[in-house]
Amino acid sequence: MSELRERRPIRLVVNGQPVEREVAVRQLLADFLRDDLGLTATRLGCEHGVCGACTVMLDGQSVRSCLLFAVQADGTELRTVEGLADGERMHPLQQAFWDHHALQCGFCTSGFLMTALDFLEKSPNASEAEIRQALSGNLCRCTGYANIVDAVAAALKGNP
Amino acid sequence: MKPPAFLYACPRSLEEALDLAAAHGDEAKLLAGGQSLVAMMNLRLAEPKVLIDLNRVAELGFVRRENGSLQVGAMTRHRPMEVSPTVREAEPLLSRVAREIGHLAIRNRGTIGGSLAHADPAAEWPLVAVTLDARLTLRSTVGVRSLRAREFFQGPLTTRAAPTEILTAVTFPVAPTASRFAFHELCRRPGDFAIVAVACRVTLDAAGAARAATLGVGGAHGTPLHVPEVERILAGSRGEEAAIREAGDAAARAAEPGGDVHGSADYRRRMVAVLTRRALRHAFGHPQVPS
Repeated sequence: MSELRERRPIRLVVNGQPVEREVAVRQLLADFLRDDLGLTATRLGCEHGVCGACTVMLDGQSVRSCLLFAVQADGTELRTVEGLADGERMHPLQQAFWDHHALQCGFCTSGFLMTALDFLEKSPNASEAEIRQALSGNLCRCTGYANIVDAVAAALKGNP
Repeated sequence: MKPPAFLYACPRSLEEALDLAAAHGDEAKLLAGGQSLVAMMNLRLAEPKVLIDLNRVAELGFVRRENGSLQVGAMTRHRPMEVSPTVREAEPLLSRVAREIGHLAIRNRGTIGGSLAHADPAAEWPLVAVTLDARLTLRSTVGVRSLRAREFFQGPLTTRAAPTEILTAVTFPVAPTASRFAFHELCRRPGDFAIVAVACRVTLDAAGAARAATLGVGGAHGTPLHVPEVERILAGSRGEEAAIREAGDAAARAAEPGGDVHGSADYRRRMVAVLTRRALRHAFGHPQVPS
């Protein structure tokens, strides 16, 4: 694996489905998801790790997919927003966002959902202040955040 | 933007990685967590010809306590530093600062070695490494050397590591019993880089007087700044206000901050004094009073 390459084959699991592709090593993971796999819920806002719109789960941990190369995801398990719902039934977090009107244009929503998903698993007893802090790495230009905080708080109580 | 084209290598062992670093020298960059480097590549501020990805070098990810020190592998990510009981018991200041780094998604990926090698003077790990007098292990194909963090940083984003060297580990002293720490930082939002940050550790004797003290300042100098004068000022002190004010003034005098959109040089210098006083009052267990 130590030879220098410009392209490399990768194998990974995306939302439960095995995937094999050859990628250019300079391709960002976010672009791989969007352009090669057609999973366009993952958004690119800033492309330098500030806005949070490209957040996905890599082996169960939230990461910025604009700060990873697709080639680095070789052998991993990825989860994107497309993998949240169970058929027609929304994930409790998605339902909470719906119920609390936690989105307007929707561009940032996927990143908020994936950020909140990791946070809920790690901090099931979080206070409102902790929720706000956990969401502070994601930018939303529409909502003013109040309804997003309410939605995450409701999902946390298991009461969307 | 998208990163410029490069050649990519993914070594599976430190030995392979060292060979690659030796072969490609300053045409190559080492990729650790990528939370700064990939952002800089996307902005075309960094255009390495070769990228040596250290993420599959398993031997660089470890936390070990032995012989009064805590050894941390360079590829240890921020999140385990935040939650590891071994880290918290050995030096709670490390867990305390780890949770201030970026956001969860950043801490899941970013590494302590990457942060130290990147050498942002406002970042948490360089500040704490300098404050606690950590030692850094640098390896190359020709050998290994150990450098004090206080000698490692040369300026903003500049260190004494040679292009053919890999930072493999950082070693912190275990916190003495009967010592207390504090970390105070000023930033506009949680997760932002600090405008000014201060870390300190004060070791007390049986009578509650300081027999050792160390204090470092981040964000207000070209490198993280250790302020040795503070140890002299606080020697034998029980945290009397006069000594704390003198220490704050000494730290502000030692700092040579630059100014930017987040704060002028003058503002930063004043904040060094304020945060130094707050951190020391905290470390001595005093109630917080207005500065």
